Amino acid sequence: MTLVNEARTTPSVDVAIEHVDLWYGDNHVLRDVDLAIRPGEFFAFLGPSGCGKTTLLRLIAGFNQADHGRVLIGGRDVSDLPPWKRDVGMVFQSYALWPHMTVAQNVAFGLEERRLPRAEITRRVAAALDLVGLGPFAGRRPAQLSGGQQQRVALARTIVVEPKVLLLDEPLSNLDAKLRGEVRRELRELQQRLGLTAIFVTHDQEEANTICDRIAVLKDGTVQQVGAPAELYDRPANLFVAGFLGRTNLLAGDIHRDGAAPAFVTAAGTVPLPPAALPDGEPPPGARLVFRPHHAVLAAPGAAPAPGRARLPGTLRYREFLGAVERFGVEVAGAEAGTEVLVDVPQGSAPEGLTPGAAVGVDVALDRVLVLGA
Amino acid sequence: MTLALPTTAPREKRAGAAAATPGQWAVALAIMAFLLVALVIPVSTVVYVAFTEKGTGAFTLVNFVDFARTDLFVRATWNSVWAAAMTVVLATVLALPLAVVTTRYRFRGAALVQTLGFLPLIMPPFVGAVAMQLFFGRNGTINLLLGDWFDISIPFMEGLNGVVFVEGVHYFPFILLNLSTALRTIDRSMEEAAQNLGSSGLRLFRRIVFPLAMPGYVAGASLVFVKVFDDLATPLLLNVKDMLAPQAYLRITSIGIADPMGYVIAVVLVLLSVGAVVLSMLAMRGRDYATVQRGGGGLDTRPLRRGERLIAWAVVLAILALVLAPHAALLLLSLATVWSYSPLPDGFTLAHYARVFGDSSLYITNTLLYASLAGLIDVVLGTAIAYLVLRTKLPGRQWLDWTAMAAVAVPGVVIGIGYLRAFYGIDVGGVPLATLWIVIVLALAVRRLPYALRACYAALQQISVSLEEAAENLGATKARTLRRVVVPLISGGMLAGFISSFATASVELAATLMLVQSNSDAPLAYGLYVFMQSPAGRGPGAALGVIAVVLVAVCTFLSHLVVERQHRRQSRDVAAPTIPGATG
Repeated sequence: MTLVNEARTTPSVDVAIEHVDLWYGDNHVLRDVDLAIRPGEFFAFLGPSGCGKTTLLRLIAGFNQADHGRVLIGGRDVSDLPPWKRDVGMVFQSYALWPHMTVAQNVAFGLEERRLPRAEITRRVAAALDLVGLGPFAGRRPAQLSGGQQQRVALARTIVVEPKVLLLDEPLSNLDAKLRGEVRRELRELQQRLGLTAIFVTHDQEEANTICDRIAVLKDGTVQQVGAPAELYDRPANLFVAGFLGRTNLLAGDIHRDGAAPAFVTAAGTVPLPPAALPDGEPPPGARLVFRPHHAVLAAPGAAPAPGRARLPGTLRYREFLGAVERFGVEVAGAEAGTEVLVDVPQGSAPEGLTPGAAVGVDVALDRVLVLGA
Repeated sequence: MTLALPTTAPREKRAGAAAATPGQWAVALAIMAFLLVALVIPVSTVVYVAFTEKGTGAFTLVNFVDFARTDLFVRATWNSVWAAAMTVVLATVLALPLAVVTTRYRFRGAALVQTLGFLPLIMPPFVGAVAMQLFFGRNGTINLLLGDWFDISIPFMEGLNGVVFVEGVHYFPFILLNLSTALRTIDRSMEEAAQNLGSSGLRLFRRIVFPLAMPGYVAGASLVFVKVFDDLATPLLLNVKDMLAPQAYLRITSIGIADPMGYVIAVVLVLLSVGAVVLSMLAMRGRDYATVQRGGGGLDTRPLRRGERLIAWAVVLAILALVLAPHAALLLLSLATVWSYSPLPDGFTLAHYARVFGDSSLYITNTLLYASLAGLIDVVLGTAIAYLVLRTKLPGRQWLDWTAMAAVAVPGVVIGIGYLRAFYGIDVGGVPLATLWIVIVLALAVRRLPYALRACYAALQQISVSLEEAAENLGATKARTLRRVVVPLISGGMLAGFISSFATASVELAATLMLVQSNSDAPLAYGLYVFMQSPAGRGPGAALGVIAVVLVAVCTFLSHLVVERQHRRQSRDVAAPTIPGATG
């Protein structure tokens, strides 16, 4: 059985996307996209709808043609190859199981197209279905399966041909929430076991964070940042990435340099900036002060802030019970119009007697603030 | 102008719907009464006569034994089956390239194909038969030229060849329409998944695309099969008498309505038609693929390379030239002074039109009257049946749908014979009921009802029940909800149903040929048939034919405009008359 127990005969391959531009008519869908995906890596294209992530995936599969740039798989330029000669496996968002074939026929299709001997096809189909736990369902039609089972058939159909690269187009979006976590872990495990290079398209940051080694965040056809999940969360490159991955607080203001130490001056107060807060040393255009809700604590207005924290005075607008933490919405001068600064504190650790309308101090951890541009 | 046969019973509707009201019962009984009179009783009469002994009225199978022992009838049966099957093959050959090129490629001629491809349907096929003789007959243009140049002759129009040729060219739009719709609604990812796994080109088409479009193809093909069985005038005009429909007609008209053999042939016709329909439904059972999925969109249309574009245009133009040949020949014939034994007419004149407008305007007004009445009856019945089936809990409501749809599989000549037999004895003010023109309307209405019913059904099915519930919640009664919410929303579908009934009823002859008792009651198709029988009448006949085609085309186009405008006004997903599987 080639699929699971034996070592793969071919090593994992890398995927390189080199300066790709793509237009749909006048619509510039991909703008100078340049990515290097490592062999055996689980990589995600993450972004809101319309950011070009699916277009980029379909470009690798050969369903779209780039106007500029090239795509290399294992060092080989595949830009001019049609989809059926690329040997990349794609799992479609809709699964695209053929309703006129049984599960086994669906899975056998790619092997038949490769003109393999009947006996080997039978053996590999059985192995692939066993791998996804659907052996007993070989004779069923897709319509007779649940959504999760259909998803596994789609996966089995793709991996049975042992593609060089596995492409997954929002494969979890049609599953219910409970199943999603389960399938997510299975996908990851399978990818590791087969040593496949996998690319995963999603708009869900949690999916990308939990399953992928590295993530490319896309917006308007441009790659915003590439990195491991924690890297993107802790060191976002710009306001979009900061806002897209988790909740974040933004404050408007200006950078002042009195002597050596720069400081961010907002309407609510001045926040001294450590060097790490300004990675390039220079304030980017449209700069905002950025910090995560759990990187601040609430304090009574009178007391002085703890060392290493800066005080932003405000008024409590609401509090929300979220389970492990409690979230406080504080109106602070300098925040975007209509938005409150959010502060997450562990359940039960907030000062006593805070009710909406109360004056309160937001104490920001200085080593956690960033100044980011758009 | 096509219909998909009802393959699955609709699912049970809302659980909380009230029990049937007396009003619903009254409507259902009225519809049942119509179906009994117009369809069930005449057809039952035919069956009854076929199984009874002449004179005594005792049950017997001897008529069928006679049928099986008569060489002519056995040959006629095989000829009919063979001609129908070959017509399906020819129609497929014509329709498949057009459907594929227009749905799967970015092809500028797509609109042309969609418009011109349907023209054959609005001309009676037997008129096409006469016209085709002029181009393809033994002494037609093509064979005269072939004879001059190569000294050969191709028997396009000899015997069954002619029937297959004429019917294939005439009825291929049924396959084109259904297949195109099916191809267009296949989810793009279905095809891409196959490409991703290494499939391409013809193999991809054969293994994935065509099987997915199969339900549409089978729906179209079974319609063509049944239609060829049904057609009476084409074989008669081509002088092919050893087929079932002509035999039934000749038997009744030459020997009389008392002769049982005509009824036996009619029963065989019905059995084979029903058999073909049932067979196609069985073949497609469980294959009603819900095609377009979540946000998928139809098949990708890809650009053609220069060479491919050339081939595509050549194929499309060749097919269009062939299928429009009858129209061209008809137009030439209507303007010709003399046209025989020459590739083109000797001279041109407008005299035929003058004569037709002078003498035969009665045919035109009769046709407008009959076809509009039939269309109106069909839309009213179609809407009522669709509403009862989809929106009420009336017990047995499915039977209304099934009975009405059964008319698809009843050949026109059987309806004609049944009406003569069932209604001849009924005296209305001194004349038999069967001789009144209203019977022609009844026959047209029941024959076209399935088309209108499917259009209305599809339109109503697309409207969310919550729209009606909202009206009822705000205090509107069922009747007022129907009038103020339902009917305005499905008016597009109703109009589409009316057009298809009107247009096809205008050119219908199979059932009416036997029912027309006097020239003053005759519709256009009958007049055409009479004209076309004599060489001298062919000029005026062609002029009448051209008028018929123009008339139906203009009416269809106008109604199309109305539907389109209404579509633009309404929200996009309401009352669309064309949905996969049940194109209006």
